[in-house]
Amino acid sequence: MIAAYLHCLRGIIVREGLRFVHQRERFVSALVRPLVWLFIFAAGFRAVLGVSVMPPYDTYVLYEVYIVPGLVAMIQLFNGMQSSLSIVYDREMGSMKTLLISPLPRWYLLVCKLLAGVTVSVLQAYVFLAVAWFWGVQPPLLGYLAVLPALILSGLMLGALGLLLSSFIKQLENFAGVMNFVIFPMFFASSALYPLWRVRESSPLLADICAVNPFTQAVELIRFALYGQFDLVACLGLAGYLVLFLACAIIGYDPARGLMERRGAPG
Amino acid sequence: MNAPANEPAAGAPALAVSDLSHAFGKAKALDGVSFSVPAGRFAALLGQNGAGKTTLFSLITRLYNNRSGSIRVYGADVRQQPSVALAQMGVVFQQRTLDLDLSVVQNLSYHAALHGIAPGVARPRIAEALARAGLDDKARQKIRTLSGGQIRRVEIARALIHRPRLLLLDEPTVGLDIGSRQDILDHARLLCREEGIGLLWATHLIDEIADGDQVIILHRGRVLADGTVEDVVRQSGADNLRDAFTRMTGPTGPRTAGGGKP
Repeated sequence: MIAAYLHCLRGIIVREGLRFVHQRERFVSALVRPLVWLFIFAAGFRAVLGVSVMPPYDTYVLYEVYIVPGLVAMIQLFNGMQSSLSIVYDREMGSMKTLLISPLPRWYLLVCKLLAGVTVSVLQAYVFLAVAWFWGVQPPLLGYLAVLPALILSGLMLGALGLLLSSFIKQLENFAGVMNFVIFPMFFASSALYPLWRVRESSPLLADICAVNPFTQAVELIRFALYGQFDLVACLGLAGYLVLFLACAIIGYDPARGLMERRGAPG
Repeated sequence: MNAPANEPAAGAPALAVSDLSHAFGKAKALDGVSFSVPAGRFAALLGQNGAGKTTLFSLITRLYNNRSGSIRVYGADVRQQPSVALAQMGVVFQQRTLDLDLSVVQNLSYHAALHGIAPGVARPRIAEALARAGLDDKARQKIRTLSGGQIRRVEIARALIHRPRLLLLDEPTVGLDIGSRQDILDHARLLCREEGIGLLWATHLIDEIADGDQVIILHRGRVLADGTVEDVVRQSGADNLRDAFTRMTGPTGPRTAGGGKP
């Protein structure tokens, strides 16, 4: 019985991988986006935004160094939204039905889908970190290993958010709204581009919003892990959001709750 | 007209729908639908577009959940034992559901994995299914390069990979030429005859139904008739099924062309 679950997981990951290989432009654009930030934005702002000594850094760091964890999280954020988009697409094209008529429990199918997306996003994150290394952003070697569990957890959380959104988005056209109302606010109201104490100087309220932003938890967990440290608060926050988003997504896809149905009506 | 409902589970019908109703908001899509399909029988679900056929399929496959009435697959209630029921059924949806950019084999392997079948078990089954569908030479081709008839045959082959005992096909011949249509019909009848699979074939095309088939006429969400073609024709006092259908649904029956398509 457990074997059946594993075969299912393997099948879903293989399919996601094959689709990913077939969409090479998706991989390139997922990589180009953070590199533009790193090569151009960070270079331009290096002089404007000095970052003082603050954990996990034990010395003054260049702005490039500061934003790399945020850009890694951004890769995962886009990946989560991308899989949300592909689920909506799957649903319109009908291939979501193939998944949902599997005899395995629906929550498990959604978790498999999520894990497949995370696998892809972790690979993307490492490719980006490799490029950043050549650009001079060189965290300790151990950090590259320590960041793996952080990447998995943050990838799961952002993927679960995507899954939840996909259960609400009725049509592909609505996806532009997701960009405006989810990706941009999450990214800018976080510690990805500037430390929170800087934000607090201009607006304490905004700093509080940033502090509870799920994306901030992801950024901070990755940032600390990359320097071999563990941020307990971020880790707990991240896990909490993961459970919340995943539970809501599973409810959203539960046939008894009829969310699927309102979309499909009338068949 | 229905098969006895109280049969022991061993001889339970392939599909037993009883008193099933479903509404989208205020619009009733299905109203007290009851019928059953025995194992080894080719049953045609005949109805115009918008009659509720696709809604019924979505309920049987648990894409929607039924809140009133029951659906049993070989005795297993779809709502209470979804895993048991879903494992017994193979489905070909009206909408095409294959991944166009993956090959035939990749699509079928994905399906096998979703059913928890080990790769070693799935491989020979896929080869066998493709041989039976006459598609061995297309195994490595992308779905995108196949014709409409071939895609349908792949979908039927896929629906059979996990060896279901109930096959559901929702207007599987839409958009196919006459030759491919006949091929698929013959193939489906063969499955009933030789493998003892119970089969529900939704259609709005009367000429897809042959003498001796079971026919269930669905109109505006209600079952108007259920029985062999001969019985239904005789009961309505008509000469043939087409007339019987027209008499029951009325010549001014709603022609909501395109309505209810996903």
